[in-house]
Amino acid sequence: MGLEESLPSGFLLSTVEQAAGWVRKASVFPATFGLACCAFELMAAGAGRYDLARFGMEVFRGSPRQADLMIVAGRVSQKMAPVLRQIYDQMPNPKWVISMGVCASSGGMFNNYAIVQGVDHIVPVDIYLPGCPPRPEMLMDAILKLHEKIRTSKLGVNAEEAAREAEEAARTALPTIEMKGLLR
Amino acid sequence: MTTTPTPTSPRAGRETTEGTVYTVTGGDWDEIVSSAARANDERIVVNMGPQHPSTHGVLRLILEIDGETVTEARCGIGYLHTGIEKQTEYRTWTQGTTLVTRMDYLTSFFNETAYCLAVEKLLGIEDQVPDRATVVRVLLMELNRISSHLVAIATGGMELGASTVMIYGFRDRELILDAYELITGLRMNHAFIRPGGLAQDLPAGAVDQLRELVGTLRKNLPEYDKLASGNPVFKARMQDVAHLDLTGCMALGVTGPILRSTGLPHDLRKAQPYCGYETYDFDVPTTDTCDAYGRFLIRLEEMRQSLRIVDQCLDRLQPGPVMVADKKIAWPAQLALGPDGLGNSPDHIKQIMGTSMESLIHHFKLVTEGFRVPPGQIYVSVESPKGELGVHVVSDGGTRPFRVHFRDPSFTNLQAMAAMAEGGQVADVIVVIASIDPVLGGVDR
Repeated sequence: MGLEESLPSGFLLSTVEQAAGWVRKASVFPATFGLACCAFELMAAGAGRYDLARFGMEVFRGSPRQADLMIVAGRVSQKMAPVLRQIYDQMPNPKWVISMGVCASSGGMFNNYAIVQGVDHIVPVDIYLPGCPPRPEMLMDAILKLHEKIRTSKLGVNAEEAAREAEEAARTALPTIEMKGLLR
Repeated sequence: MTTTPTPTSPRAGRETTEGTVYTVTGGDWDEIVSSAARANDERIVVNMGPQHPSTHGVLRLILEIDGETVTEARCGIGYLHTGIEKQTEYRTWTQGTTLVTRMDYLTSFFNETAYCLAVEKLLGIEDQVPDRATVVRVLLMELNRISSHLVAIATGGMELGASTVMIYGFRDRELILDAYELITGLRMNHAFIRPGGLAQDLPAGAVDQLRELVGTLRKNLPEYDKLASGNPVFKARMQDVAHLDLTGCMALGVTGPILRSTGLPHDLRKAQPYCGYETYDFDVPTTDTCDAYGRFLIRLEEMRQSLRIVDQCLDRLQPGPVMVADKKIAWPAQLALGPDGLGNSPDHIKQIMGTSMESLIHHFKLVTEGFRVPPGQIYVSVESPKGELGVHVVSDGGTRPFRVHFRDPSFTNLQAMAAMAEGGQVADVIVVIASIDPVLGGVDR
């Protein structure tokens, strides 16, 4: 992503990480990617009452090349899937994805031939936001959680180490099928 | 000394007191233009969308443009195809409302009402639907008409670059969504209108809150007139743009505000009343400008007329049931709020689990399988904010529909896009789409 990636292990990295994370989380530019019903809750979140500008998020970019957050708001059809992937590829690094609504997260109620059963089949997703459609408050909560994730994200060798740890944790996690009791 | 101007050759000057004056008359301009057109230098094909902030959703436009002029325009649709119609064939008749409400998600109550009217006609129970349910349906539909038109004006303004219109539109839409939330529990995708009536009665205090809402909207609606109607920039973008006359509308099957902007007062609420619309007092606004500005004015006026109807609905509301009495159709239990959330009422559970085996069987059959609808087919249409919303329902006598087809006005009106946009400027294509106000969820379904 820049100079910090080529810094040697540990050298000034934690301080640079904090500064970069703090700056990055405060200036996220979402791409306008409204698909269906959720897009209107997304627009409502940007409009007067909910006012995403309070979190430095009001600048919705028409061009993916100027955006670093893709909020997939709505059901992704098989026909839209390659378009969505192309738009994701056009976004510059670092970039994040919020899967807004149950359709984008898992296909939701539309378990049929037309809808991609979760946008994570196409692009990596950072935050899954349930709801049909989720309220603007829920979207704002997801955005704040994403901000926290961005703020604490690692750089360079630390990022590689974090990725290794996450993979190890996922590999050794208890599978759902072996969990006991009420799963809630 | 004066000289009389005489036709001279292009490059010859004439002497005046000011010095030599050259009058450039040039060669044959038409010939130059036609030769340039033959060379096709300026003609390019532009692909706009499906991800574009001004296409009103995931609509793809393929524009062939010659300089700034659109010579050919075509729509690419299907990017939001959800398979809803097919999926209704695998769900019960009642579950159908949950699916159709997500078709045109800005006009949920119209989709639900049209579908339920069709199912009720097939069941032959349209006379048994309680009055209160019908009045609440009309009330919700008219509120929905206002919120849909607000979005049409808001997003249309945003696409023209008028962000203020968008902020104002969403401000008032939020007020209406609050009313929805009070009544149905949801801001969008309600599935509140069910075959036979409504899912639930209005909650306590709803009428007072709705009256307050009507008052607030009456106060807010004139602000759109002040903000936009007389605005010279707004008018310059909208007037005489997206022209489609009555002949064009008839040939393309266009309905709704686009048809009424040609001066024809065609409105299914008057022409072919349903839900008792013949007993409500309201006007059908028209203009004769055939352009985007006329459609904007019609939408503004329709919102005022809808407020009148909402007022009349509130006056008419009488206490009573909101679901048909037939226990074979109505949901067996009334919902109630328990310690673990909303669910079947404790009394009902006590009855089916403790005292009545027949009730338990009845509940089980209705909830898992649903009711049966006699074989037949029916076409029902309602006036949605965008035009004629038709539903064609076919039943083979089973517990699930054989076929549910929606004639969505967005889909039919969208085919007029080429007729309106061709020959105009590229920037006018945005106005064309905004004035049609298609919702891609309805177009692709």
